[in-house]
Amino acid sequence: MGADHDDHHHAPDPRGRALRLGIGGPVGSGKTALTAALCRTLGPTLRLAVVTNDIYTTEDADFLRKAGVLDPERIAAVQTGCCPHTAIRDDIAANLDAVETLEERFGPLDLVIVESGGDNLTATFSRGLADRQIFVLDVSGGDKVPRKGGPGVTTADLLVINKTDLAPMVGADLTVMSRDAAAVRDGRPVLFTSVRQEPEAHAVAEWVMGLIHAWTYEHAHGSTAPAAT
Amino acid sequence: MSAPSPNAALLLLADSRLPAGGHGHSGGAEAAIASGAVRDLPTLAAFLHGRLATTGLVTASLAAAACALGASIAASGTADARAGEGGGGRAEADMPVPADGSRSGGRAKPGMPGPASGDLSGGQADPPSRSGGDRRGGWAGLDGEADARTASPAQREASRTQGRLLLRTARRIWPSPVLDGLALAVPHGAHHPVALGAAAGVTGCAPQEAALAAAYTAVTGPATAAVRLLGLDPVAVHRLLADLAPDLERVAATAAARVPPLSASASPGPGSGSAPAAPPSPEPPGDSPWAGLPAHAAPALDLLAERHLRAGLRLFVS
Amino acid sequence: MTARAVLATAPGPDGRTVLAVMRSAPPITLRRTGPGRVHLVSTAAGPLGGDDLALDIDVAPGTSLDVLSIASTLVLPGSGTAESLMTVTARVGAGASLRFAPEPTVLAAGCRHRMAVRLELAGDARVFWREEIVFGRHGETPGRCHSRFDATVEGRPLLRQEFTVGDPAVDASPAVYGGARCVGSTLIAGPPGAVPGDLPDRDRNDGPPPDTAPTGSLRPGEAVIGDGWAMLPLAGPGILVSALAPDAAGLRHRLERGEAAAFPH
Repeated sequence: MGADHDDHHHAPDPRGRALRLGIGGPVGSGKTALTAALCRTLGPTLRLAVVTNDIYTTEDADFLRKAGVLDPERIAAVQTGCCPHTAIRDDIAANLDAVETLEERFGPLDLVIVESGGDNLTATFSRGLADRQIFVLDVSGGDKVPRKGGPGVTTADLLVINKTDLAPMVGADLTVMSRDAAAVRDGRPVLFTSVRQEPEAHAVAEWVMGLIHAWTYEHAHGSTAPAAT
Repeated sequence: MSAPSPNAALLLLADSRLPAGGHGHSGGAEAAIASGAVRDLPTLAAFLHGRLATTGLVTASLAAAACALGASIAASGTADARAGEGGGGRAEADMPVPADGSRSGGRAKPGMPGPASGDLSGGQADPPSRSGGDRRGGWAGLDGEADARTASPAQREASRTQGRLLLRTARRIWPSPVLDGLALAVPHGAHHPVALGAAAGVTGCAPQEAALAAAYTAVTGPATAAVRLLGLDPVAVHRLLADLAPDLERVAATAAARVPPLSASASPGPGSGSAPAAPPSPEPPGDSPWAGLPAHAAPALDLLAERHLRAGLRLFVS
Repeated sequence: MTARAVLATAPGPDGRTVLAVMRSAPPITLRRTGPGRVHLVSTAAGPLGGDDLALDIDVAPGTSLDVLSIASTLVLPGSGTAESLMTVTARVGAGASLRFAPEPTVLAAGCRHRMAVRLELAGDARVFWREEIVFGRHGETPGRCHSRFDATVEGRPLLRQEFTVGDPAVDASPAVYGGARCVGSTLIAGPPGAVPGDLPDRDRNDGPPPDTAPTGSLRPGEAVIGDGWAMLPLAGPGILVSALAPDAAGLRHRLERGEAAAFPH
């Protein structure tokens, strides 16, 4: 059959599909809380759905549902067989299937968030699954983490350093973190948040809105969308 | 009977790194571990032995049959999913097929969370295509044979989910009208061994090779899951798998030998030339040519699959 | 010993089922025990190795038949190494109803047994078919057994399942029998809303005759599981109750739990 519809889930669809935003980062850094914050803040203006990969799948999905930020039916849980990084990077089939199912059921959508299960610093999203990705760190991991780098820290479209409220308690120097992150990220943005203190995560939401506008523009004008492989 | 020459594509198909979602399935191992039935190397070995002798043999034979069917469709020179049917060659082959090929527009898939997860009826409702003649000798007919050998709705759903993902992946890697035809004929997602066998056929594998791939995945998935969940020594677990290798080959040979030659109008697929071993007497009833394929049940796996679906904490899909 | 017993129904003048053919073939002896009801009475030991036994059942359109048995079937080895074979073929016509629920088959030590059931259903036929296999008498290591069950509806496969007993590596597998000594299953098939209801009660002699049995409807959709049993909706029109148990009494209890779960009360 024709190649014209061979890759519609892989590359941006000319008809326009939702932006797929990956949210990754180590265990406990606040991925789910950030996802909930984005739903809370963007939900009123965007058509949203979420795929969560946390190894505690039902728990994470339940957390989002209980937060009351999104229609529970718009949250899909994917079991990753103890390998969260595999599911977002090496074998994205189950996640793609979940994303497309949500788009079919609730589409058209503006944004589908794929929240990775907690993993290590090397985990990143395949470009076949996420159009853009956020990597979430938290200060309690130590202020050396950004300096250590790793693909998540260095290549994510946005680095979020969460739990800034804990910095004094854990002896993390935000200035050091900011400087180190800038050094390894080649100008890509870094945002500091405390989702606990500011449950709306406005700065991150604003960044996401910027993505959506750019995405919509690309589709409206077509030319800047990456070509299908 | 061994293949005339080794087919490297078989390695790609059987590799757990094939991006088709297989890593998320434990084949009942997670539930068996949760229940305490599998807890160490000896119990894992017993689990794998039993799984291979039952589900492994059944899926191997379905894969071999799918491989042969795909080859006969390809040989008959039509993309029509209804090949092998008298009066096939309908215009459906010209219908556009989305790349994932598996979507019935807007239908909520089971397995998703939320209220929709109650829909386990995977193959319960008869798609229109099954009421037609294609149920006898075509893809839907073979898929129906897989349904009849899978009593547990949880297992049917897991099989269809894996089959859907595999078929989508295979269609991008090895584009073929045969695979398009399968996606068209079984729009809600073909059973995994059917998709696997079809993909194997498209890559040029013989039915026995397709059977070997199915038997292999029937034990490697649970073995890998046990390594992850029990922290077993991966080398020791691979030793178990190596010990199973002769059984895998035997199962694949048995499975392929049970595949009947397809109708006279269709050329037999590669490797399907041998006469099928006699199925148990008497000849099982049914209209499809695959009535006599192995059908070994594993009631414990059925119970485990259903229990797994209801578990609060699941690291694997199945 | 080769024997072929035959049982066939026909619609009677008053709309009730009559037994048009009831041909015993020892050791399979058929005995009418009620309207549309027949018990299998074994009049010899066995099956023994070398026996080739068959029962052929034809349930005519619109009629109803119950087939039960007086006692368990004890499968014994013969003098040589030959297998014993038991084949049951049943055709259930349009609007007809068959209940086949004999006592368990017990595999004695050393037996080599094959069982085959082929069940062909018309589109709106109703069936309740229970099969129980006990792995040896108390404390006994069973012989070998292979059973195959095939049910089709209008030629389309509804359920195909095989059990093998006697290969220690498989028998002991937590994937197959999970340490149980008995395996059983009940197929309840028929169009939704037209399946004989409350079937376990029909064992009682004061139950309504089969052809006026109450009609319940099968629970649609999801499986129901309990301790050692599962009620599994099939892809086609029917459900399978599957059970494993340490002993025959436990197996029957579990199957009955699953059978009850098939019919919402």
